[in-house]
Amino acid sequence: MSETNDKIDTVLRMRNVCISYTRDKMAVNDVSADIARNRITAIMGPSGCGKSTLLRAVNRMHELYPDITVKGDILLNGKDIMKMNPMEVRRMAGMVFQRPNPFPTMSIYENVVAGLKFNDIKQGRSERDELVENCLRSVSLWDEVKDSLNKRGTFLSGGQQQRLCIARALALKPDVLLMDEPTSALDPVATNRIEELLLELKQQLTIVIVTHNMSQAARISDYSMFMYLGELVEFDNTEKMFTAPSDKRTEEYLNGRFG
Amino acid sequence: MRDKIFKFLLLLSSVLVLLVCGGMVFSLVSGSWEAISAFGFWNFLTSSDWNPVPGEESYGALPFIAGTVMTSFLALVLCIPFSLPVALFNGEYYKGKKIAAVIGSVVDLLAGIPSVVYGLWGFYTLRPLITDLGLSDQGFGVLTASVILAVMIIPYSASLSSEFFSMVPGDLKEGAFSLGATRYEVIRNVIFPFAGSGVFASYILALGRALGETMAVTMLIGNTINIPSSLVDTGNTMASVIANQFGEADGLKLSSLIAIGLLLFLITAVINFIGKMVIKKFS
Amino acid sequence: MKCGVYYRKLKDRLFFLTVCMFSFLTAVPLVAIISEVVLKGFRQINWAFFTEQAPSTLDAMIARNSGSILPGGIANGIAGTLLMVAAAALMAVPAGILCGIALAEKPKSFFSGTVRFIADLIQGTPSIVIGIIAYIWVVVPMKTFSGFAGSVALAIMMLPLIIRSTEEALKMLPSSLKEAGLALGSSYTSVVIRVMLPSAFGAIFTGILLSVSRVMGETAPLMLTALGCSVINWDIFTPSSAVPLLVWEFYNDPNLVDMIWSSSLFLLALIFIFNLISKIIIRKYV
Repeated sequence: MSETNDKIDTVLRMRNVCISYTRDKMAVNDVSADIARNRITAIMGPSGCGKSTLLRAVNRMHELYPDITVKGDILLNGKDIMKMNPMEVRRMAGMVFQRPNPFPTMSIYENVVAGLKFNDIKQGRSERDELVENCLRSVSLWDEVKDSLNKRGTFLSGGQQQRLCIARALALKPDVLLMDEPTSALDPVATNRIEELLLELKQQLTIVIVTHNMSQAARISDYSMFMYLGELVEFDNTEKMFTAPSDKRTEEYLNGRFG
Repeated sequence: MRDKIFKFLLLLSSVLVLLVCGGMVFSLVSGSWEAISAFGFWNFLTSSDWNPVPGEESYGALPFIAGTVMTSFLALVLCIPFSLPVALFNGEYYKGKKIAAVIGSVVDLLAGIPSVVYGLWGFYTLRPLITDLGLSDQGFGVLTASVILAVMIIPYSASLSSEFFSMVPGDLKEGAFSLGATRYEVIRNVIFPFAGSGVFASYILALGRALGETMAVTMLIGNTINIPSSLVDTGNTMASVIANQFGEADGLKLSSLIAIGLLLFLITAVINFIGKMVIKKFS
Repeated sequence: MKCGVYYRKLKDRLFFLTVCMFSFLTAVPLVAIISEVVLKGFRQINWAFFTEQAPSTLDAMIARNSGSILPGGIANGIAGTLLMVAAAALMAVPAGILCGIALAEKPKSFFSGTVRFIADLIQGTPSIVIGIIAYIWVVVPMKTFSGFAGSVALAIMMLPLIIRSTEEALKMLPSSLKEAGLALGSSYTSVVIRVMLPSAFGAIFTGILLSVSRVMGETAPLMLTALGCSVINWDIFTPSSAVPLLVWEFYNDPNLVDMIWSSSLFLLALIFIFNLISKIIIRKYV
């Protein structure tokens, strides 16, 4: 890190994180990193390098698949996520997936408040309306859907759907938003809008985004991680990493030699 | 040349299927014509007469329709609390796991047991149980028949609906989990709404099965010609009256039994059609 | 808030346990049925059971009174079942496979859709109704109940099952297979017969096995068509017995009641073996 550690407000701290699918196959090997609050951190690397696996471990999504084991510590706001309730962890660290996945049986409105419903958060009607409007405004979807809040979310375009999914995650007021290649299924225009959105959102929360699109990482992120074969090769200021990478493998990747 | 013959054979076999079905409808209609023209279609449906005395012969299907409807719907109600958990167990909780395969084989085996063996088990094990519980004197009746029917349609509805549960896309479930939902909440709010219509269809198809089941019901319903007055009363279903009386029937009575068969054919066809349509809409 | 989380977890847990409990309860009837059939039936299983025909009521009564096991067996039923199922398969298998090929060839045409719909309709028809049909088609014109009438009923029931499984089996083949065959200049017919059918053989054969095991236990349609016969009878145009028919007859005769369990055991064993074989083929084939 180019900045000194004590200056950074760390929201997410990973220490010696190892993740394995089966006993012999290590997907993530001994990764330690501190993620700064209200910054965008990009995780890059060729496919299969463990970047998604690492991201998913942060809100304990790996527990859906019993073969995956996670070792090491992940601290969210100083608390060990493994000692917390998984439902609470997931509320504090929202997730946006590769393919937009609004719930097809729910309306746009219901999609936004789905998290509240799951978490038994009771709110008054007007309060909830306000929340929906705020969330949809912050993903700049409000003007496009305000007249069709009761329609199914699946009628929206891909980019709109993905923004709806971001709004859905925002409704729970998470500290961290984990994004797993959120634009890989979208066209360039929609991708552009999401990127702009992320730059606005970082005022409110911390974003960790997995991407295999280097220029995207260069455009939006403050910090970048480069992972290769399950190892964290380099973690630095994005500008520094893209101009003067300290590891040879990073340089090769950034120059398009592999991946 | 050989290609031509082969293609002709392909066409012929397809036409054969259509002919078989057409022939079935034709035979049922012409076989039941005597009864329908004697009593009138509507009258036949709504009459509860069953009088084989020569000269005053009069037949109606109402008691059997009532018996069929009562046993089938009761069986459906009894089957849901068992088949739904099995479907969730196999299609969601343990999808693709060994234990699901084991339960799946058990379900397959249950589906393979012949109706007459279910009937025997019902007669020798279930019926005494119903008597011991003091529900009825002999243990025969609508309830006994429905319980055995329920056992018979559980495998069918369970394996069908578990397929619909397993078709729910993983990323939807992950989306819900990522919002902090528990498994139960995911099932209630994502899986049930998504797979709902398919699961509904599998119960409709199971109902179609129950309507036409013959042997087990015949052995347990008591075979009395009356509209069952309660769940423990005896009665007859459309299928069981055919099985019971076809052997010694002729003339008008035979035609009436065939008319009941036609009715059964139409009802199951409609029920199956609805079920298939719902599934088609689902996918 | 904390309390809410625990409450939700508890609900989740309870729901899961309920699901498990009811799932395992579903296996209870299976265990009960099989154990009853095996425990009550195995005593009657001996050599004579497979080689001799069903005992008369009188013989059975004498044996019962002297406390020994019933004499005789179910050879007449086995012969009848064998004859009828074989005849039914002879009718249904070629027609079903051809029709399955036709459906797989033009899966989207209106005609195929109609045929598929009709096949579904036949499959959903209650077996007793199919019994009536075979009665009208065969028993009435031939003026006698016969094994042939029974096999017609069974064939109608097998037909849609074989069509469906053949179509599914052919659909699973990669389309490149057919194209490769045609590219080599072989005729359409030989591609289907030499390439497609052999590649799909396992799946098609499984479908046939399952359809046979499905109709083997059918009783209701045979009551209206084959009627039953007390001696071993290989003439398909006269009344014929069948194992499930014998179960029904034994059930109705208090003196022969001991035989129902052994006959059911035989039937169950046969059906389970067929299912097992098809499972093995599926595992090896897929």
